[in-house]
Amino acid sequence: KPFAFSCLWNALRMKAGPSRTNRPDNTAFTQQRLPAWQPILSAGIVIPGFTLIGLAFIGVGVALFVTSQKITDLEIDYTGVAATSPCFKCTSFAAENCMCQMEFTLTTLFEGPVFFYYGLTSYYQNFRTYGVSKDGYQLSGDTYYFNNPQDSCAPYQYDSNNNPIVPCGSIANSMFSDTFQLYQVVNGMKKQIPLDGKGIAWWTDYNIKYSNPALVNGSFADAFSGTVKPVNWSKPVYELDPTDQANNGFLNQNFLVWMRQAALPKFQKLYGRIAEGDYAQGLPAGNYTLLINYSYPVISFGGTKKVVLSNVSWMGGKNQFLGIAYLVIGSLCIVMAMVMLIIYAKYKFTDDDEDM
Amino acid sequence: MAREIGEPGVAKSSTTKKHKRRKSKKEIKTRTVHANILYDQAKGGDNPNRHYANNKIKTTKYTLLSFIPKNLFEQFHRFANVYFVFIALLNFVPVVNAFQPELALAPVVFILSVTAIKDLWEDYRRHRSDKEINHMDCLVYSRSERQYLECYWKEVCVGDFIRLRCNEILPADVLLLSSSDPDRLCHIETATLDGETNLKQRQVVRSFIDLDTEFDPLKYNSVIECEKPNNDLNRFRGYITHRNGRRDGLYKENLLLRGCTIRNTEEAVGIVIYAGHETKAMLNNSGPRYKRSKLERQMNVDVFWCVVILLVMCLFSAIGHGLWMFQYGDKRPVFDVLSPEGTDLSPVVSAIYLFLTMIIVFQVLIPISLFVSIEIVKICQVYFIHQDADLYDEETDSHLQCRALNITEDLGQMQYIFSDKTGTLTENKMVFRRCIVAGVEYSHDANARRLAMYQEVDSEEDEGLSRGGTLPRKESLTSQHSGGKAVLRSQSTKSHRRTGSRAEAKRASILSKHTAFSSPMEKDITPDPQLRDKVNDCGSQMEFMRFHNQLLSQISPDLQDVFDFFIALTICNTVVVSSPNQPRQKVRRFELKSPVKTIEDFIKRFTPSRLTSASSSSSSTSLATNRSSSHRACSSLLSSPSAESTLARLEEERGATPGIRGALGTTPACPHAGGSVAGGSDEGELRYEAESPDEAALVYAARAYKCSLVGRLADQVTIELPHVGRLSFELLHTLAFDSTRKRMSVVVRNPLTEQITVYTKGADSVIMDLVRPPAADDSKGKRQRKILFKTQNYLNLYGMDGLRTLCIAKRVLSKEQYASWLRRHLEAETAIQGREELLFESALRLETDLHLLGATGIEDRLQDGVPETIAALRRAGLQIWVLTGDKQETAINIAYACKLLDPEEEIITLNADSQEACAVLLDESLHYIQAKFLCSSSADPCAAGVFQPDYATLQFHAPPTSSGTAGPVVVHRLGLVIDGRTLAYALDKSLEDKFLAVARSCRSVLCCRSTPLQKSMVVKLVRDKLKVMTLAIGDGANDVSMIQVADVGVGISGQEGMQAVMASDFALPRFQYLQKLLLVHGHWCYSRLANMILYFFYKNAMFVALIFWYQFYCGFSGSAMIDQWYLIFFNLMFSAFPQLITGTLDKDLSADTLQELPQLYMNGQNSEAYADSDVDLFTWGTPITTLALLTILLHLGIETKTWTWMNWASIAFSIVLFFMVAMCYNASCPTCYSPSNPYWTMQRLLGDPLFYLMCVITPIAALLPRYFYRACQGSLFPSPVQVGRQLDKVPLGLRRHLVNQSRIKAGPLRRGTAHRTPLYPLGPPFLKGCSSKITDPYSSNPKQKAQAASPICLKSMEMKDTPGSSKNPVNHLEYVQKAGGWAGEKISGSPSSEALETRDQLISHVGLPENSTMPYSREPSQHDEVSLPVGLETSLSPGQSSEIIWLTSTPLMPQMECVQLISPPSGDSPGVTYQKNQESLDCPQQNILKQTCGERLSDSPDSVQECSKTPSRANVRKEWLEPWDAFADAAVAGTSPSSAVSVVLTAAAALYKCILHLDVGIMISLS
Repeated sequence: KPFAFSCLWNALRMKAGPSRTNRPDNTAFTQQRLPAWQPILSAGIVIPGFTLIGLAFIGVGVALFVTSQKITDLEIDYTGVAATSPCFKCTSFAAENCMCQMEFTLTTLFEGPVFFYYGLTSYYQNFRTYGVSKDGYQLSGDTYYFNNPQDSCAPYQYDSNNNPIVPCGSIANSMFSDTFQLYQVVNGMKKQIPLDGKGIAWWTDYNIKYSNPALVNGSFADAFSGTVKPVNWSKPVYELDPTDQANNGFLNQNFLVWMRQAALPKFQKLYGRIAEGDYAQGLPAGNYTLLINYSYPVISFGGTKKVVLSNVSWMGGKNQFLGIAYLVIGSLCIVMAMVMLIIYAKYKFTDDDEDM
Repeated sequence: MAREIGEPGVAKSSTTKKHKRRKSKKEIKTRTVHANILYDQAKGGDNPNRHYANNKIKTTKYTLLSFIPKNLFEQFHRFANVYFVFIALLNFVPVVNAFQPELALAPVVFILSVTAIKDLWEDYRRHRSDKEINHMDCLVYSRSERQYLECYWKEVCVGDFIRLRCNEILPADVLLLSSSDPDRLCHIETATLDGETNLKQRQVVRSFIDLDTEFDPLKYNSVIECEKPNNDLNRFRGYITHRNGRRDGLYKENLLLRGCTIRNTEEAVGIVIYAGHETKAMLNNSGPRYKRSKLERQMNVDVFWCVVILLVMCLFSAIGHGLWMFQYGDKRPVFDVLSPEGTDLSPVVSAIYLFLTMIIVFQVLIPISLFVSIEIVKICQVYFIHQDADLYDEETDSHLQCRALNITEDLGQMQYIFSDKTGTLTENKMVFRRCIVAGVEYSHDANARRLAMYQEVDSEEDEGLSRGGTLPRKESLTSQHSGGKAVLRSQSTKSHRRTGSRAEAKRASILSKHTAFSSPMEKDITPDPQLRDKVNDCGSQMEFMRFHNQLLSQISPDLQDVFDFFIALTICNTVVVSSPNQPRQKVRRFELKSPVKTIEDFIKRFTPSRLTSASSSSSSTSLATNRSSSHRACSSLLSSPSAESTLARLEEERGATPGIRGALGTTPACPHAGGSVAGGSDEGELRYEAESPDEAALVYAARAYKCSLVGRLADQVTIELPHVGRLSFELLHTLAFDSTRKRMSVVVRNPLTEQITVYTKGADSVIMDLVRPPAADDSKGKRQRKILFKTQNYLNLYGMDGLRTLCIAKRVLSKEQYASWLRRHLEAETAIQGREELLFESALRLETDLHLLGATGIEDRLQDGVPETIAALRRAGLQIWVLTGDKQETAINIAYACKLLDPEEEIITLNADSQEACAVLLDESLHYIQAKFLCSSSADPCAAGVFQPDYATLQFHAPPTSSGTAGPVVVHRLGLVIDGRTLAYALDKSLEDKFLAVARSCRSVLCCRSTPLQKSMVVKLVRDKLKVMTLAIGDGANDVSMIQVADVGVGISGQEGMQAVMASDFALPRFQYLQKLLLVHGHWCYSRLANMILYFFYKNAMFVALIFWYQFYCGFSGSAMIDQWYLIFFNLMFSAFPQLITGTLDKDLSADTLQELPQLYMNGQNSEAYADSDVDLFTWGTPITTLALLTILLHLGIETKTWTWMNWASIAFSIVLFFMVAMCYNASCPTCYSPSNPYWTMQRLLGDPLFYLMCVITPIAALLPRYFYRACQGSLFPSPVQVGRQLDKVPLGLRRHLVNQSRIKAGPLRRGTAHRTPLYPLGPPFLKGCSSKITDPYSSNPKQKAQAASPICLKSMEMKDTPGSSKNPVNHLEYVQKAGGWAGEKISGSPSSEALETRDQLISHVGLPENSTMPYSREPSQHDEVSLPVGLETSLSPGQSSEIIWLTSTPLMPQMECVQLISPPSGDSPGVTYQKNQESLDCPQQNILKQTCGERLSDSPDSVQECSKTPSRANVRKEWLEPWDAFADAAVAGTSPSSAVSVVLTAAAALYKCILHLDVGIMISLS
């Protein structure tokens, strides 16, 4: 309100009512006298504080570290860069449906439940345009988007014949295609270990986010009629898992896992769990064979492929770092407290000396 | 006739009114107004007034329709908004888009809408007040009804007749045509326009004066031609042309201005001349001012650097991306995405696309919400400042006003204060103290005692109140039987007390609505017995002579002078008299004490001058507008072009009308005596309303001698004299006061002597020059010379004493002289062109050859708390300059009184008569200062030897103790006094650098006799050349230009109207509030805002750093692991509230501590995040966001100094808000929100124990180093602010004590610092005190100890004493020793009495030779000098050391010592002190820097500034950029461990480092 106006205004008010003072309200808020806590970082508070935090952290750190130590994991690199590797033969372009076999030995029981991961390195699933390249509506089973995939899928939207691709987009197109079978070698005989591929995807992904189209004429395949499979795929989406009809379409567990982009270029994704039958308690000591259907090319961009076996605890997979971090930070706190104590004592006393 | 001159076309074309009107304004210079009733309202086609603005006002900026486009347009003036719109639009480009385009619009829309809502609200408020004003009622004459009808203001048009009743507010600018007042006057109160509370008289237009019947609008048929609307309140010119062709001039006396209130006049009628927005009030109303604060300017620079960094980061990413693409060559990896067309993108093209994408992704770096947050915080700050009860003045019922809303934080950065003296440092309540009549001084001791008693009572009262209000204002009931002394005292003095106590103040304020400038203190003056006797003598003699028919000239010249002196005091003014019974009711007629007949007889018998008196009276009355038929002709003649003929007519009339005028010498008896009986019997009841407080003081003073002004009309003044009774002086002319002439005069016809007499009152310098030089040798001449000499002597003493002096003189004109003067004067008055100049010259002609009657000394009392405020501000490192128009002696003495100058200081006085002399003076002073510095730094007592003040006008008022060759004077104790003339030379281009060099070496600068223009030039010079923040404070119109020039202008809403307030950014009721405004609010505003801005930059930089770091892991593809929603709303929502609360409420120090320890500022921040491996992108990104948020909040927690419930609430709210939003967002839609599609992520995370563990460790790990740093610093090497915070914890009493103690110790240290930095001695005592060790120089340094014998060293000790002295036993001791005779008072001394005493002391120190001639009773100053060293020695050594021991045994004090002992790393805190570069002595490096720079001081004063500023700037730049490399290394190195957490922590470490640098950088650059 312009000033002359407020003057006029006041004059009016004065005229209207009894004289009204401009006295400000005397409240704690307007006078900025709200009760307040004013922490001060003085040595007296900080040193005990640091010590306490340090101790607590060391405690948590120890617990985490011990837990993490109990977790075992085993990594098997099967990229086949080295000529000695059994999978070397599959790295050439000519190899089709190449199978290779990695062998490993467990000396002790690998406690269960054992999680079976595949891992990739130098693989940029977090590439921006890659991550965008999918059609959520299509994947939720909306058939409209079967014929009209969103532009975000480009250039994996339509194939060269202008047929819509389902599932469209780069992520789906580049789906990891290696398959694994794990055998225990018992008395020279290979005994297949069941890899439970169910429930490896997020529950919400499986039940809410993704869903298959309704059957057309009772046929699942017909629901996808008029669409073509992604360029890199060998089988259409409704035939992903020939063994389990329910594990097909968008609700294929491995597909779901793949569709969750990894955060870093070096990542591992769950392939299955070993939790059944003889192996419910874990993998007993002995020799094992990993049979790999090698089809996914990584050498061209300098990546590696591996298989990781790991068991988990309440805090998830093996994660020594967190425990160590807690320990380190905790110790740092203690050290800082000590340092401060020393410096403080020293300065304090010299001050006092001088003053005396 | 019926149209504007020179614009005939307008009347016809009624469609394009507005356009045409604007055009016509340029073409013609006048406006013609006709009466509307001549034209039919219904078909207003030919009404010539219709083109003028109507009275409807509209101050709103927008209409409903125009709001959106107009507001948007205004908002896009802000660069940041345009930038964000650009970014949002960029999102719509398919190849670039990083976010959902719609979402990307959200921030911009949000910001724009918040601002728009704010604007809308403001506009709505304006609209409402407009509406209210537009719908007020007034009476407008209606043509159809033939009477006045109630109308809304907005319906009033130019040309309408308006009837105004008493106490109504004027709806428009109205030309007064009729008034119910018999004198055809109308009184208005212009308080709403200029704040002046006195009544102003307005006169009916001359041609309508003689209307005896009521004004009839229907008979009006004249045309008014006047100026175009303009904003000059004091100017209105035009003429009115009647049907018969007669023309009359119109002056500002005829115009009633919109917004004024009609008083004292039952009814008035006028015609509207200007309406609505064309009224002078509205044209003057420029609305609030917008200034850009320094912080904002710096912030803009920082935002610019953010943009640069952003671009660098984008470029870096783009290159990285190009390389990344390039490494794959032709082999496209399986995860590569081709262009939408399915073709390969070349690395270069994709890099370019990426560059644009990155701009979007990194947009968070530019803090979009920063601007809006700052605005919100500033509004809150303004609110709090407004609401501060400490800044509320009950006496005037006014509180601080922030008129500029956006420069609050500038208050915390001030370096120079320029203050006016009168009304700013002083109360501008004039109290009559002494006078000189005919060379005899009347000291009015009784009066002085009375004044002293007020103060005593005042202070007692205050104490009583502070003890818990144990002194209630008991009514007579209690006092009767209690009989206690205190009660009686309070009773008896209740009515006299100064307006210090609250209840009284309130009463006074109610009264003051009716009477300006008349507190009891000014009203009641105890007369000096001697002078009273003389006056009585004089009166009785005169009475005697009158009865015995003797010539009055036979009275002895002494008595004659006394008589004239009092007449002059009484009538030479523009005071309006009113009676209290009917407030504002003018006393019109009075009964004469002595019968008319007597006087008439007396006059008749007084034949010799009979004829001339008659003739002169007739000619004069023709000027003074009288209602007599013979004069109507005259007045009509006045406007006729020929002045010659006027005079001719006058000559004719002279003979013709002597008889009629005979009775005019005295006023006729009052026909209705009712109202005036009281006035007659008790003149004490009369109220005087004066335009200036001096006038009121003089009139009251005269009244004390029974010479009272009882009535004033336009043409006569009636006074009452002892024994003589009432006399009416015919008032022939009043030559109003103006600042160039510095005097005013009245021309009256003395009824006793029938002489035409000019009484002049003005500044002594002017009057003394105009006094007729005494005739050569005769006794009369001798006597005259003696009187002149004595008067001049006394005047000097008055000046010394800080009194305002006014000289009173008279001149008797012979009728010939008068006639010839009148001829020229009439010409001047009737001149249309250059009237002002001609009138000025005419006045000069009249005011010569004066006969000096006497002089008065009026005290302009210091405002409460001024010395304390100045001391506190000075301790805060502010340089205070006083720029005043007063004479040098007065100014110096006021400066002493308010402790601006210390008696210990040497004063360099520069008075030069020419440019060359001024140059020489400046050179000499500069050399002198340098010589002093050299001497003292080498501890060589040769200062006075090196430089002898051989230049005549360069005087060194060295204090007695350091006079002669006494030894080195502590160098920085220098005061510079410069007068207006010298200042004019010094401000010349060639000398200004030298002047500045001298001025800045001095602790205080006093510019006397400076014109308003010079004031502003000085401010401008300092502001521009020294690149410092300046504050100007003043209360009068003469300060306006200075207020406008300064960075922050403060107006005192005091006695002199509102011009200063109108021009100011802040309006204060009192000077002492400046202390809290600057030290508390300024500090808070600045530290809050600076902190908030830093925090914003930090927050955004941290967030962006996370994303940037991530680019190394995603092939620089511009993907962000943080969901776009979080990314965009992080700033706007999740992290916004706590910092707003902190930015508004945080107090790093309590108000008390800030006031007691004037010193300041604070520091910065850091951050981090985390990661995992088998999680997907956004499951990983969400916790990062969470952690970032937690980290940021925790960080804010570290930075927050004061935790109120609002802080807690806001932080809790932020966290809850984040989780709520995240949960809702993550649960809302399984398929939307491409590409992140974060369905159920948060929920899942919340089920993961690891998440919580992360939440705990990450912020702590991230902030640990900072916390450690803080803790170490806080407990080991606390900054002054931290010390202050610790002091906050101490109970109030003890705290005060500690603060005082610290000052004791600060004293000796000053020497040390002065040695180190000889050229910058002006640092704040406290800071410097902190900057060196406690070791007492007297004991630790033998060399200095040897010097301790020299009194000056001791002086320096004693000088650090400040207002707190009375609480400090040690200092007290010194005072007792020193003050000698005043010791007793000293102990109980209230601040003001202390100030007075000190001033007295100072005066005695200055010790002029005339001392002995003074009738003032004073202790001989020699006594002080002798006792001083001894007293100090004894009192200091043991007392001081014991204090120190006591002090250091408390835990706090050692910390205070070491504040600046160890300089903080790499210029961290220098930027943080209140001082800024210029005076902060806390960083040795800077000192060295300054020293080196200082060598060049004489060449260019501002090189120092440059020197000390640039390095820190350069560092900032480097630090801003360098961490990124370290950060990249860390990120790359972190790829190997299996868990990504390590990477993040490494990155966080790097980030931390970077942020640390960043914020330190920003910090430095901010300060």
